[in-house]
Amino acid sequence: MSAPTGITRVTLLKDLRLEWRSKDAINSMLFFSLLVVVVFSFSFDPSAEESRQIAGGLVWVAFLFAAVVALNQTWAREIRNQVLDAYRVSPAPANSLFIAKTLGNFIFVSVLEALMTPLFIMFYRLRALGPAWPLLLVAALGTWALVVNGTFFAAMSLRTRSREIMLPLLLFPISIPALLAMVQATTSILNGEGARFWIVLLATYDLVFTTVCLLLFETVLNAE
Amino acid sequence: MTETAPVITVTNLIKQFGRFAALRGVTAEFAGGRLYAILGDNGAGKTTLLRTLAGLNQPSSGEVTILGAKKFHDICQQVGYMAHPSLLYDEMSGMENLEYFAHLYGITSRTRCAEAIRAVGLDPELIRPVGQYSQGMRQRVSLARALLNDPKILLLDEPFSNVDLHSATGMVRLLAGLRDQGKTIFIVTHQAALLEAATDEFVWMEFGKIVERTRDLRRLEASR
Amino acid sequence: MKKLFPILGVLTAILLIYALYQALVVAPTERTMGDVQRIFYYHVPSAWTAFILFFINFGASVFYLIKRNPAADIVALVTAEVGVVFCTVVLITGPIWARPVWGIWWTWDMRLTSTLVLWLIYVSYLFLRRFSSSGETPLLAAALAVLGALCVPFVYFSIWFFRTQHPQPVMGGGGSIDPRMLHVLLINWLAFSCFAFLVCWSRYRLEKLQREVDHAHALESLMDPRGSAR
Repeated sequence: MSAPTGITRVTLLKDLRLEWRSKDAINSMLFFSLLVVVVFSFSFDPSAEESRQIAGGLVWVAFLFAAVVALNQTWAREIRNQVLDAYRVSPAPANSLFIAKTLGNFIFVSVLEALMTPLFIMFYRLRALGPAWPLLLVAALGTWALVVNGTFFAAMSLRTRSREIMLPLLLFPISIPALLAMVQATTSILNGEGARFWIVLLATYDLVFTTVCLLLFETVLNAE
Repeated sequence: MTETAPVITVTNLIKQFGRFAALRGVTAEFAGGRLYAILGDNGAGKTTLLRTLAGLNQPSSGEVTILGAKKFHDICQQVGYMAHPSLLYDEMSGMENLEYFAHLYGITSRTRCAEAIRAVGLDPELIRPVGQYSQGMRQRVSLARALLNDPKILLLDEPFSNVDLHSATGMVRLLAGLRDQGKTIFIVTHQAALLEAATDEFVWMEFGKIVERTRDLRRLEASR
Repeated sequence: MKKLFPILGVLTAILLIYALYQALVVAPTERTMGDVQRIFYYHVPSAWTAFILFFINFGASVFYLIKRNPAADIVALVTAEVGVVFCTVVLITGPIWARPVWGIWWTWDMRLTSTLVLWLIYVSYLFLRRFSSSGETPLLAAALAVLGALCVPFVYFSIWFFRTQHPQPVMGGGGSIDPRMLHVLLINWLAFSCFAFLVCWSRYRLEKLQREVDHAHALESLMDPRGSAR
C-alpha cells in the first residue's frame, strides 16, 4: 500500500493538474481578485500616511474573499460525479486528502495574493517604514490559518443545504482571532513596529487548528 | 472458497433519516461467486443498501459483515464500487483517472491500468478527457476503475443507466466472466432484462425490505 | 422528577425577584455613573452564565465524539441555544449601558468584544444544525463545537493584546469592586444560573420527547410502510 505521504503527493499533483486544465476557473478567480482590489480602491482613497494604517485590514479582507471563492471551488470538483465516494471507498486515509487539499488551496490562494499585492501597493502608494520581509511570514501564517480551517469547513458544508453560503458562515467567526492577528501584524510591520506577539499568536493558532482539524477530518468526511 | 459460505451477511439492518426509514430491517445472506441483481421500485432502499454495504453509510442499527469483517475499512482493498455518476474527474483522460485511483490502492503499475482499460474495450492511448466521452464509454472507464484492485466483491449501483446497448451488453458479458472467475457481484438496476442471462439470483426490495429472492425473472415480473 | 420542576421554578422565580430587588434598590449607587450602572448586575452575570453554558457544550461535544451518546448531543444543543440567548442579553445591555455613560453605542471592551465573537461562533453552530442535510448532524455539530471552544482562548488573548495597544473605555470597572456590589453581583449570578438550568432542563425534555416521537414515527412505518407519511 502506498505510504500516506505518497497519496498526499499524488492527490496534490492531481489537483494542481486539474486546476491548470480548468483554466476558465483560474481566469475567473484571477479576474475576481483584481476586481476586489479595484472596488476597494474606489471605496477608500486614503493618503499615503493614512493608507499605512488601514492597508492591513483592506488587504486581508480582500484576501479573505478571494480565499472563500477559491475554497468553494476546489471542493466542487470532488462532488461533481460523486468522485469523493471513490476516495472514501478506497484504503486511502482521510488525512492524506485533507493535507493535499489544504496544500493545494494554500498554493492557489497564495498565487492570488501574489497577484493582488502589487496592485494594492500601487493603488495605495504603500511603503513600509521598517523591514518588509516579516510581511512574508505573516502572509504565510495568515493564509495557512484561513486555508486549513477553510478546507475543513468546506468539507463540512458538503453535508449541508446552501453549501456555498455555509462555508463563510462557519469560517468567519472562528477565524476572527487569526484575522485580528493578521491585520494588526501587517499594520505594525508597515509602520515599522514589532509584531512579535501577533506572529506568535498566529503560529500557535495554526498549530492548534491544524492538529484538531487533522484529528476530526475523518469523522467529518464520512458523516453522511 | 466454497460456494456456500456467505460472503456478505446482513442482520436486521435499519437506516433512518429523521422520520423516514429507508431500510426497515434487512436480513440476508449472500453466497460468494454469484451475480445478484437487486430490483425494486424507486425508494425501495436499493441504493441505501448498496451504499451501506460499501461503507459509505452508517446504519442506524443492525450489522453488516463482509468477508468476515464488521468494519468496511478492514476489507476495502477487496471491494470495488461503481455508481450511476461516473466517479471520475471530467478533465482527465481515462488513463490519468485510473493511474490516480490506482495510487489510492497502492498500485503504481501503468501496465495494470492499461490492462484494465483494455479489458472494458477501450483504448488506453486515448487522451481525450473523460468528460467528453459518451455515457457508455464513461461507465466503462468507471468499471475499469472499480476493477483496478482486483476486488473479490463488486458493488454496482445502476451502472447501465443511459448507457448505449453496445456498451451495456459488453459490460454485462465482462461481469458474467468475472463472476465465473469467482467474484461476487451486486448490481442495483432497473434494467433486469439486460442481466437476465447473467444473473444468478434476483433480489426484490420493497419499502426498505427484501421481500423476494428468485432465479426466475418471468415469475417475478408477473407477480410484481 | 416531574414534581421537582415546579418547585425549582418557584424557587428560581423568588430568587430572581430577590436579585432584582438587590440590584435596583439595595446595591449602592455608583459614584461616577449613577443608577445606569445597575445594568452591570444583568450584564456581567449573563456573560458568566453564557460562558459556563458554552463550556458545558464543549464537554458534551467531546463526550459525543468519543462515546456517540445521544443524550450528550441533546445537552450540547440545549446549552448552545440557551448560551446564545444569554450572549444576546450581554450584547444588548452593553450598548444600553455604554450610550448614556460614554456617549457611544459600542466599545471594543474586552467582555463585550469576546462575547460578540462567542455569539457569532455559536450562532454559526446553530446554523449548521439547522442546515445540515447529513444523517450524522450531531457529529458535524460536535466537531464544530470543539473548534469553536478551542478558539475561545485565542479570542481572549488577541482582544486583550489589541486593547493594550488601542485602549478603549472599560465597562464594569477595571480595578477592585466594592464588596457590597460584589455581593449583589453574585446573588444575580446565582439567580441567572438557576434560571439557565431550568430553561436547559425543560428544553432538554422537549428535545428528547421530539426525538422519541420521530423514532416512534419511523418505527411505526417499519410495521406498516404504506400507512405512514413519507
